[in-house]
Amino acid sequence: MTEPPRERIWDLHCHLSGMPGRTPDELMAALVARADRMGIERLIVFMGYPMAMDPSADELRRQNDQVLQALSHWHHRAFGFAYVSPNHVEASLREIDRCIRDGPMVGIKLWVARRCNDPAIDPIIRRAAELRAAIFQHTWIKVGGNHPGESRPEDLVALAARHPTTPLICGHTGGDWERGIRTVRATPNISIDLAGSDPTAGFVEMAVRELGPRRILYGSDVGGRGFASQLAKVRSAAISPADRRAILGDNLRAMLTPILRAKGVPLH
Amino acid sequence: MIDTNVYLSCWPFRRLPLDEPAALVAALKRLGVTQAWAGSFDGLLHRDVAGVNLRLAAACRTHGEGLLIPIGTVNPTLPDWPEDLRRCHEEHEMPGIRVHPNYHGYRLGDPRFAALLDEAARRSLIVQVVVAMEDERTQHPLVRVPPVDPAPLVALVARRSSLRVVLLNASLKPADVLLRKLVEAGRIWIDTAMMEGISVLERVVAAVGSERIVVGSHAPFFAPDAALLKLQEAGLKEADHRAIAEGNVRSLMGSRRERED
Ligand SMILES: [Zn+2]
Repeated sequence: MTEPPRERIWDLHCHLSGMPGRTPDELMAALVARADRMGIERLIVFMGYPMAMDPSADELRRQNDQVLQALSHWHHRAFGFAYVSPNHVEASLREIDRCIRDGPMVGIKLWVARRCNDPAIDPIIRRAAELRAAIFQHTWIKVGGNHPGESRPEDLVALAARHPTTPLICGHTGGDWERGIRTVRATPNISIDLAGSDPTAGFVEMAVRELGPRRILYGSDVGGRGFASQLAKVRSAAISPADRRAILGDNLRAMLTPILRAKGVPLH
Repeated sequence: MIDTNVYLSCWPFRRLPLDEPAALVAALKRLGVTQAWAGSFDGLLHRDVAGVNLRLAAACRTHGEGLLIPIGTVNPTLPDWPEDLRRCHEEHEMPGIRVHPNYHGYRLGDPRFAALLDEAARRSLIVQVVVAMEDERTQHPLVRVPPVDPAPLVALVARRSSLRVVLLNASLKPADVLLRKLVEAGRIWIDTAMMEGISVLERVVAAVGSERIVVGSHAPFFAPDAALLKLQEAGLKEADHRAIAEGNVRSLMGSRRERED
């Protein structure tokens, strides 16, 4: 009998904030130490500190520098996404070139500066797509109302319609995942991020049922969240071992394979 | 491991993968849970709380396999609520009761809550105060229930020397002043279900020690694995780990029995 394939956990969604430590190096070491306790092989890190909802061009660069510094001793354990903003398109394109084309990063992170249905974002999406970089857009559906620049899953669907062959990631699945899953269901180039919401049972089961196992990516949103609560969504789910392996790492590795190959990063 | 925070019956807004008691018990056993304190989702919105508690006690007996301990609901805004409390204690022989002040429409400063605490303390019943059931941001638009402010508990417990309170689903941060005040109050235990953040139990223990922290999963609403994984992520010293997983609940229960003898 052959051994079942090993579970290799890659965490899509990590931050440097909320950890014990004062410098990017200290914060990153603390992060990896906790990831080790949970058997997590790789971390994707984005955004520095302090949290900036509508960062200036200089602030984007400064926060990306913090992540580059954090990654510098951990290229065997972590990747980074560049923090960019549709409020600073030219600066964002420069950051994509600096951090991804000419640097070690493999994706971009879009947060809450401006909703992603706005075509102002298109040059950023096109540039990231040319480089085969992952594109991560935060989304939430708050019953009390979103921030003015905060995207909802339907905003990402509008963006996906303009870029139908570009893979996009729906951050947090909108938080209200029963609505979020339905919203992105008919848009095959959108994958969902499981991170950054309470470990409400049934999330992963519904996602597998409605999207299939290949469009679902495990992530935690540490340090504001713990690895524990977020891994539990996948661990507790009544799904097959193959689907569990896909969600915990295979799907993210598949999404990043083209850019990692292009950068000559070994995948095993 | 002892889980101080599970529910039976149905969450009003969603079927949950483990909302049949047999399935819940099997999942808890897989995680090494030997005892789980079970309230009822029906206690949130039903007004026939006596019926809710009767069904809860029966379900724990029928499906609990010795693992489920029923914790009845008492709503001090309902007529003749002391009779519900009496039945929980004398007829169902429950070790404690669970209250949902936000779903039942009162604050902890309410004199009706003070009367409930007096009666519970007199009967040596543990009182579980549930701060929240879910993330406020994802609630049903017609049922938006803000979390309970637990701050008044510090003074309420200080005035009742035999009262023991377990605070469930509080999303307190390690650095919160309120967490420290609640812990220093002495007879308030706090469950882990909604404590969040990287390695949160490691940071909570560093801030306030392990003595008042108890495991709560909030299953089946939450994925039950989270409770155990939080302990794993914290990398605690053996003594702290054991205290949170089981020891603190045993001393909480033990101090109750002594008083009864
Ligand atoms: Zn995040």
